[in-house]
Amino acid sequence: MASICFYFQVHQPLRLRHYTVFDQDDRYFDDYKNAFICRKVANKCYLPTNRLLLDLIRRHQGRFKVAYSLTGTLLEQLQLYAPEVISTFDALAQTGCVEFLAETYYHSLSFLYSRNEFLEQVRKHTETIRSLFGQEPRVFRNTELIYNNDLAAMVESLGTFDAILSEGADHILGYRSPNFVYRPKGCEKLRLLLKNYALSDDIAFRFSNRAWSEWPLTAEKFARWVSNVNGNGQVVNLFMDYETFGEHQWQDTGIFDFMRHLPEEILRHPDNDFKTPSEVAARYEAVDTVDVPHLISWADTERDLSAWLGNAMQSNAIHELYQLEKTIRKTSDEKILTDWRRLQTSDHFYYMCTKYFADGDVHKYFNPYGSPYDSYINFMNVLDNLHSRCSEHLTARELCEPSANRKAPDLQAVS
Amino acid sequence: MRVFMLGWEFPPFVSGGLGTACYGLTKGLDRRGIEVIFVLPRMVESAYTTHVKLLTPTSRIPAGKGGYREFKNVAFRTVNSPLQPYTEPESYQLQMEEALRQKVGGGKASSASQLVGNMDYSGDMYSEVHRYAAVAVDLARGEQFDVVHAHDWMTYPAGIAVSAMSGKPLIVHVHSTEFDRSGEHVNQVIYDIERMGMHSAHKVVAVSYYTRSIIIGRYGVAGEKVEVVHNGVERNGNGAWALTETGIKKDEKIVLFLGRITMQKGPEYFLGAAKKVLEVMENVKFVMAGSGDMMHRAVELAAELGIGHKVLFTGFLRGDDVQKIYRMADLFVMPSVSEPFGIVPLEALEHDVPVIISKQSGVSEVLRHALKVDFWDVNEIANKIVAVLKYPPLGMTLRDYGNFEVRKLSWSDSAAKCAMIYEEAVAGACVKTF
Repeated sequence: MASICFYFQVHQPLRLRHYTVFDQDDRYFDDYKNAFICRKVANKCYLPTNRLLLDLIRRHQGRFKVAYSLTGTLLEQLQLYAPEVISTFDALAQTGCVEFLAETYYHSLSFLYSRNEFLEQVRKHTETIRSLFGQEPRVFRNTELIYNNDLAAMVESLGTFDAILSEGADHILGYRSPNFVYRPKGCEKLRLLLKNYALSDDIAFRFSNRAWSEWPLTAEKFARWVSNVNGNGQVVNLFMDYETFGEHQWQDTGIFDFMRHLPEEILRHPDNDFKTPSEVAARYEAVDTVDVPHLISWADTERDLSAWLGNAMQSNAIHELYQLEKTIRKTSDEKILTDWRRLQTSDHFYYMCTKYFADGDVHKYFNPYGSPYDSYINFMNVLDNLHSRCSEHLTARELCEPSANRKAPDLQAVS
Repeated sequence: MRVFMLGWEFPPFVSGGLGTACYGLTKGLDRRGIEVIFVLPRMVESAYTTHVKLLTPTSRIPAGKGGYREFKNVAFRTVNSPLQPYTEPESYQLQMEEALRQKVGGGKASSASQLVGNMDYSGDMYSEVHRYAAVAVDLARGEQFDVVHAHDWMTYPAGIAVSAMSGKPLIVHVHSTEFDRSGEHVNQVIYDIERMGMHSAHKVVAVSYYTRSIIIGRYGVAGEKVEVVHNGVERNGNGAWALTETGIKKDEKIVLFLGRITMQKGPEYFLGAAKKVLEVMENVKFVMAGSGDMMHRAVELAAELGIGHKVLFTGFLRGDDVQKIYRMADLFVMPSVSEPFGIVPLEALEHDVPVIISKQSGVSEVLRHALKVDFWDVNEIANKIVAVLKYPPLGMTLRDYGNFEVRKLSWSDSAAKCAMIYEEAVAGACVKTF
């Protein structure tokens, strides 16, 4: 039996506007650019792909299934700029063949810097998914599939999740195959689903690469590769960015036609089926324990955190950001808190990456800045302003009610 | 392969990047075993020449023994001529008067300090250019070589003449164009010489794609004839030396402008940005190192902006003083209006000083670890200056990666490209002849 488990990451960051040291206002985000990109991607990817998948689910009468992780920053933008996308996601939710996963609302790296903030963001995201799609997420995936034993333990302790996703990195699996369900070290009930990066990347990255020996990739060929797993694996986890369809791989590469025919080709083999992550966790037993003491992610060839924290600028920016947490909470100002959280989105740090600066590859494609230096300067100017807003806020309040200062510690307590 | 090279300045007598570039390039060629006969437009009279093998145009007798120690295959020839690069057309009048005064004073041709000053293209510069050409032809008669390589417009007539006389292919190397130096107010005579040189040449070497596009767009040269050879940087192991007494306190940040203070280099944008920076930061000093025809204007402008006390003018710096100023600087800014290449930012990075460079420069094509701005965007220049001074990890990252990046830009690579162009030119010339 080989189960195909599709999970699509759907995310758009809130990009900052050009913010210089001379700017004094609290409008940090580039509404025009965000709206433009959101509508563009909605038209090229979200709408056509949602329509296609809805069609496939109906055509295969419930035998085709997928899972999504929609970030809070994306959902907020869709509500503002492309609300019709939300209703198509809702239509998908109604089919019963679509699962929504939980993650940090702001697509943040908060797990690494503030457990408190991390939990709040997971809660906020879960509430949002519940209110929009009427589903209670049962599977967790952390930003960029960043993962280690501690994360698994924490997620299990929440008691609301059955499984967690991560990257099937060679260095954690060793001789083992990603095509089984595993148990995170230190966990009892939680299941670990690992991405089959070879097959995932065949679609997400190599699909349109004419230099690739397997080009062109047809649904039939891909189904054959998947069927080969029968007998030496139980599940093929195909995890990828949703923007693969129509945005990273343009329509003219034939990616939509590939997807249109994939379910029938896969289901042609009687031993194959599609399952959502929850179903996989329920259906298959964990075959082994996987020990991940160090953090891994799904990024680049290193599968580590160097894309977000690899240089001095990145670690400085993120440390400064989380150092502000106490002050931010002290202000108990909703607008300030939201701005601070929006700055936590991992993309802001990804833009500062100097690793592949030379190669002009995938990093560059997603980068609204000309250089990592520009993005750092911009981010720090914004953060500086946020800092001074906090100070002003606190000073003003102290002047109004001198006793507020003494009560301040209470404000840190999380509801 | 033997090259007859026509230049107009050579270290230590440099007033800009050209001399540095010729030095690096010839050194690179030398390492490849390519012989270079280097013709300079002037008699160099100083202690430095004692280790240079020189020929004067009149005697053709070696005036000194040895040669630059680093060079095995490079011979130097000089023509006694007052040609000087980098003078702006607007200052002709002033300089002619200066030149006249010198003649009246009956002083010697030129002392070392005047060599690097901002004189010349004096009244009869065009005839000087042609006289230089005549003498170069005369020198060339006694030499064997395969190609003629001429650097910038003043040597083009000489290059054309030597090429015609010897039948060897001509390569002109464009380090700057009249449009870089004068904006839209081009000097028609210079433009015509440049155009003639480029059209007569078998190959045109541009120092950047930026310059290449000017050569194609403004001079009507066919694109396939124009090759890009980026400049390199000479590593000269900066030794450790201490901060000296300079009137600058240690807790003050120093932002450096280093180059000729002329329209092309955008000094007014530097000062405009300085004014903005000082609105949000104290403890910053702005140092303008260099001289040029906009020097007085720059001093006045600094005063007008009310930042006179924060801007220091050092005049032209050389040797140890350059090292010292780099050592003190926290940031180097090059807001050039139009910069064919721009070697100075590479030197700054080599001295561990992070750089802000204008996008209107050739060097921005080869540097990734630099902050880039539009020269006119004073607000953004100021924004970036403040950022470097305020957020230490920025300068740190720029410095570390930048220094590493500069190490990869070597004159050996530039020389290798030139060598290829020589081969092509020689092959092409043969086809033409037979």
